[in-house]
Amino acid sequence: MPTDPPPEELRLVVDLNRCQSYGQCVYAAPTVFRFHGEEALEYDYAPDPRTRRDVERAAAACPVQAILLGGATEPAPPASEGAR
Amino acid sequence: MKGPERIVVVGASLAGLRAAEALRDQGFDGELTLIGDEPHAPYDRPPLSKAVLSGWLSTDHTVLPRVRNIDARWLLGTPATGVDPHTRQVSLADGRQVPYDRLLIATGTRSRPWPEQQGGALHGVHVLRTRDDADRLRAALAAAPGRVLVIGAGFTGGEVASVCRDLGLDVTVTQRGDTPLGSALGGVIGGAATRWYRDAGVDLRLGTTVRALEGDAHGALRRAVLSDGSVVETGVAVVAAGALANTEWLTGSGLAVDGRGVVCDESCRALADDGTPLADVFVAGDVARWPHPLYPGQLLRLDHWDNAVAQARTAAHNMVHGSRAPLAHRPLPAFWSNQFGVNLKCVGLPSLADQVVLTQGALDQRQFVAAYGRQGRLVAAVAVDSPRVLDGYAALIEAGAPFPPVLNATDGPDRPEPLDPAFPRPAVPAPGHPAHAAAPSAPSAQAVLAGHE
Repeated sequence: MPTDPPPEELRLVVDLNRCQSYGQCVYAAPTVFRFHGEEALEYDYAPDPRTRRDVERAAAACPVQAILLGGATEPAPPASEGAR
Repeated sequence: MKGPERIVVVGASLAGLRAAEALRDQGFDGELTLIGDEPHAPYDRPPLSKAVLSGWLSTDHTVLPRVRNIDARWLLGTPATGVDPHTRQVSLADGRQVPYDRLLIATGTRSRPWPEQQGGALHGVHVLRTRDDADRLRAALAAAPGRVLVIGAGFTGGEVASVCRDLGLDVTVTQRGDTPLGSALGGVIGGAATRWYRDAGVDLRLGTTVRALEGDAHGALRRAVLSDGSVVETGVAVVAAGALANTEWLTGSGLAVDGRGVVCDESCRALADDGTPLADVFVAGDVARWPHPLYPGQLLRLDHWDNAVAQARTAAHNMVHGSRAPLAHRPLPAFWSNQFGVNLKCVGLPSLADQVVLTQGALDQRQFVAAYGRQGRLVAAVAVDSPRVLDGYAALIEAGAPFPPVLNATDGPDRPEPLDPAFPRPAVPAPGHPAHAAAPSAPSAQAVLAGHE
């Protein structure tokens, strides 16, 4: 089955209800994920696309599969005038 | 059977975006329109009060991933101003009319503003709900202000105060009740939160409200006068006093709406004001109020991230297939917060409880689990810096397990000691404070059950 090429932009979100702070993502992509305190995960929703391989590895390694990557290839919705 | 040809989603945040994606997943191939009042593409709100305020993340790095193509028409920066369920049209602020066969209402909530006659229009008075709010407040904090005043010690107030301390800023927090987080978690767990505030060096004023915010001749905030007569010199105030449902645009529509939300049924179908469900208008996310079988006799409204996602999916399914096999929206509520270096997670609804018991750890050790019971059944659990334990509690809650729960946790107390959870009594105005003022108040402990993330 042919697969679409991945989208150019890299986008992600973590379900922090599901997250159990195992920290595998922090090891896999340390410029994207970090702990603030012992258990509080913080992350970049729109990291540098060059980190894609690391982020995909992080998503695959997450023991509770809490990391969701963007899959859309169509253009992002146009922000209206007045958006910064 | 012929499906809908035109679906309109009003509200382009988490619930609206996930609903649009789910509509396509469900096979809807007609015309899809998303309408949002903010000018931005959908973004995530939880980091605004944490990583954005601290300066680690800029707001253009909070954009939500789009998980699939949805081939939609986006009308952003375009508030909806009305809906006519008879002619099936949404009115926009720019005068346009958008017709629909199915409508999803996902307009969410906004921060309760500070009243203008009490200083709400002064420069330096902030709320924190949107990207633009976060950019403004981040700029104000980065400008090294003097003391910051946070009005309200709920989840948002605690997160803002926590970031201020991380940034080295002096911060005063006023809280009407006896503890932080009292309306959501009760005074027993709130007492532990009091220690988090004090250990972080926050000037926490409990049982105290703000009487007025006062400015200088240029309209800039200079000081706050508190209910005990004391004065806090400040140029930055953050009003963290709860949320209001964005329902004004539905006034006169014939739907069952008020300032608390839009009423819908378990299938996410909006109710008309005579109580009958509409076949073509649906509701999802923070704005929805609905009957949940786990919590009989009331309407539930959840300001929770995962509820927005789940309800959006259920609504989308029912918008496409509902007449044949409607799904019911019956989630176990869950939310989380990060503040003062602790991660707090919760399942169930603590505010219903008549008892609370410590089940693991110790309240003064910043790592513990507490279970909440109502009439001898487990109804909720809160875990502080213990993110891996809640699945077990969630299963017990859904099974209607007895309270106090039997856990055999190695770090549990020798003997469970259930306590009154000490939820604040509803609708008692603070001394010297008129009951009608929109000053910070815990959401009254009735059907509106606010939460976080």
